[in-house]
Amino acid sequence: MSAQLVQFLLSGLTVGAIYALVALGFCIIYNASHVINFAQGEFVMIGGMATASFLGAGLPLPLAALAAVALATLIGLALVKFAVEPARGASVVTLIIITIGAAILLRGLASIVWDKRIHALPAFSGEQPISIAGATLAPQSLWVIGVTALIVAALWWFFNRTLAGKAILAVSHNRLAAQLMGISVRRVLLVSFGLSAALGALAGILIAPITFTSWDVGVMLGLKGFAAAILGGMGSGPGAVLGGLTLGLLESLGAGYLSSAYKDAIAFVIILVVLVLMPGGLLGGRATERV
Amino acid sequence: MSLLRAEGLSKEFGGVRALEGLDFEIQPGAVFSIIGPNGAGKTTLLNLLTGIYRPSAGRLWLDGRALSAHAPHEFAAAGIGRTFQNLQIFFNMSALENVMAGRHLHERCSLVAALLRAPRQARAERACRERAAELLAFVGLEAYARAAADAMPYGALKRLEIARALATQPRLLLLDEPAAGLNPSEIRDIDRLIQRLAQSGITVALVEHNMKLVMGVSQHVLVLDHGRKLAEGDTETVRNDPRVIEAYLGAGEH
Amino acid sequence: MLALIAAVALLPLALANNYHYEIAILVGLNAIVCVGLNLLIGYAGQISLGHAGFFGIGAYGSAILAARYGWPPVLALAAASAAAAALAYAVGRPILRLRGHYLAMATLGLGIIISIVIATEDRYTGGPDGMSVPPLALAGFALAGERAWYWLVGALLVATVWLSLNLIESPIGRALRALHGSEVAAEVVGIDSARHKLLAFVLSAAIAALAGALTAHYAGFITPGKVTFLHSIELVVMVVFGGMASTFGAVVGAAVLTALPQLLTVFKEYEMVVFGGVMMLTMIFMPKGLVPTLAALRSRFGKAP
Repeated sequence: MSAQLVQFLLSGLTVGAIYALVALGFCIIYNASHVINFAQGEFVMIGGMATASFLGAGLPLPLAALAAVALATLIGLALVKFAVEPARGASVVTLIIITIGAAILLRGLASIVWDKRIHALPAFSGEQPISIAGATLAPQSLWVIGVTALIVAALWWFFNRTLAGKAILAVSHNRLAAQLMGISVRRVLLVSFGLSAALGALAGILIAPITFTSWDVGVMLGLKGFAAAILGGMGSGPGAVLGGLTLGLLESLGAGYLSSAYKDAIAFVIILVVLVLMPGGLLGGRATERV
Repeated sequence: MSLLRAEGLSKEFGGVRALEGLDFEIQPGAVFSIIGPNGAGKTTLLNLLTGIYRPSAGRLWLDGRALSAHAPHEFAAAGIGRTFQNLQIFFNMSALENVMAGRHLHERCSLVAALLRAPRQARAERACRERAAELLAFVGLEAYARAAADAMPYGALKRLEIARALATQPRLLLLDEPAAGLNPSEIRDIDRLIQRLAQSGITVALVEHNMKLVMGVSQHVLVLDHGRKLAEGDTETVRNDPRVIEAYLGAGEH
Repeated sequence: MLALIAAVALLPLALANNYHYEIAILVGLNAIVCVGLNLLIGYAGQISLGHAGFFGIGAYGSAILAARYGWPPVLALAAASAAAAALAYAVGRPILRLRGHYLAMATLGLGIIISIVIATEDRYTGGPDGMSVPPLALAGFALAGERAWYWLVGALLVATVWLSLNLIESPIGRALRALHGSEVAAEVVGIDSARHKLLAFVLSAAIAALAGALTAHYAGFITPGKVTFLHSIELVVMVVFGGMASTFGAVVGAAVLTALPQLLTVFKEYEMVVFGGVMMLTMIFMPKGLVPTLAALRSRFGKAP
């Protein structure tokens, strides 16, 4: 394998891991509420920006990161209380506009509370590049891939082995039945949004040392994470991970071998192609409408 | 010659055989009922006859000619109309507009004429409005002409769907559980309405659970069970068929 | 309808200076897009989060044909609108088979792809810095000055509203509303829902492109900033805020949401916060939109003794 190819693959995996985390956030919320949370990208932004801000205030990096994740989680819970619950039973268009409105609101707040400049976070364990098969890898990339893998494993354990996780899945399959079983849909919603917010924030913190962060970094990341979720199959956790990694690799290879100017377009072309040809995504199933 | 003939009609969903090898004929002018326990495949059959589902196997003939329609609107154009078990009223329109929408097949309207509101278009609109009002009166809903559909009671909405289906001028009208959720007085109204429809020359086929209504109004009955034809014939024959009694009627009278 | 004509005719009395005229013209242009978009969202019940893309095709298409190839601006305008309609037709067929969120995302993807292409192909489009656009001229007479543009845009708005109202009252309009009410029932009464959705999509795309081209020629300059995801969202919010399935609602929505930010430039910093907040509050408390909600309130209080 040429060193260049390895380089593209590694950077593709790195950014793909981030997309996977964002996609997982979409997936968890969609499963709990059938809402596409257009504000998901803003959690990523909050993660990076808040950490930078807390760092600047003097907190050491781990504490700053923790505080940022906590902040994002709180905002996720607030989103449930102020945006999702009041709109119970609303139409698809209404819900879409509400979450987009929330995203715009958060972005606006970020530009006021913080600023519109680009911020950098220090790499977690230094900048000394590692050499792999002729390509160079920033240590931060290892953090990204490693932490993502840990998180994916933890989520798998949570949803498949714990009662709380299974309760959330139950709600996604049949809300009424879950309620009749005594599962509090409200609590499930809160946990889902909180969890997704935390995931998004973590993604933002992990990637900020490499790609920097700013008030509007959430737009594209959110949309691409969404593309990844659709690619893998909306509502499928493994699909989100697969979709994220695939999208990252496709972007990286496309930018390297085809055209770097159109790198951003790749995600959206994928959205269109997948939705038109196989709306269920790579791992999703087909749904039938009952009349 | 039969109005509608089905041969070997089958529908499969994944591994589930909703309908298998169904053969039957509907004669013109008769009232034809399709009965069977829940899950027998009755609504699936209606969906196949109106193009909402594509058959996995089998063929349909309308008036002796093979039915080559694919999309539901093509089935409607061929002369098959229907109402739904779960109301599919246009709640964003008034009662009159619901029925006017049903006139779609019989309104020629080019985009340009619509945009420019040609005088011919205005005349056609008025004619359409009058025709819709007539149909509302036919089903007994004259009082609701101006009403918003989302303000009407359930029983009225069931009749509104019939009026809308009639607007398409169907040769075969399929009614999916027209009596479901109605009180006895409303059911008597539906009974009389079906008879009036039959008298006006429309062939009516209904899916129904209410045995009293079915036996009272039909000439011909098809019994389904687990996706297959269990029995077929006039009401007396079916009523006394031991297989039917065992599978269905024996479970209780309505 | 008469109220609208009166409003357009009499508004200049209230407009004190060029800046006011500029706002009015912008309102008019946005309103034209919104009336078209309302056909798709409010009446046909679909959604598009990418209409800024069609706006952009109209704007840049006309700009490029007129500026780089020397086409007469009116012809360039027409050609650009036709191009947008053609794209909508080609892409609409597969996309409109999707529902709800999936349709939203597909239109979103389309809009963003268009904006990326525009921003990247700088040889034609001038890239992120934009390009200048020749003024609108017919047979040598260039349309210049706020007042001339005001009357043009005003007339076009009135025409668009008139055409839209006619369409809605026709069998085609009923078919659109029917498929919004229940797509399966619409099909079963003989309405070809795919064809009608496509019609609404193509019409709204063409109207958006026309408004885009006019905007480009009016401003004399066009940048990719007008072709963003955010602009697509703004358009949808205008339609939904004003009132879905209400042509006048679309106009009102465009008017309020275009004029307000201009007049509140004091709060420039808070613009996004306010906009996002307005979006959320409107959808939570007034999901039907401003005009229908007000109409419902009026009919309710009108009945009071």
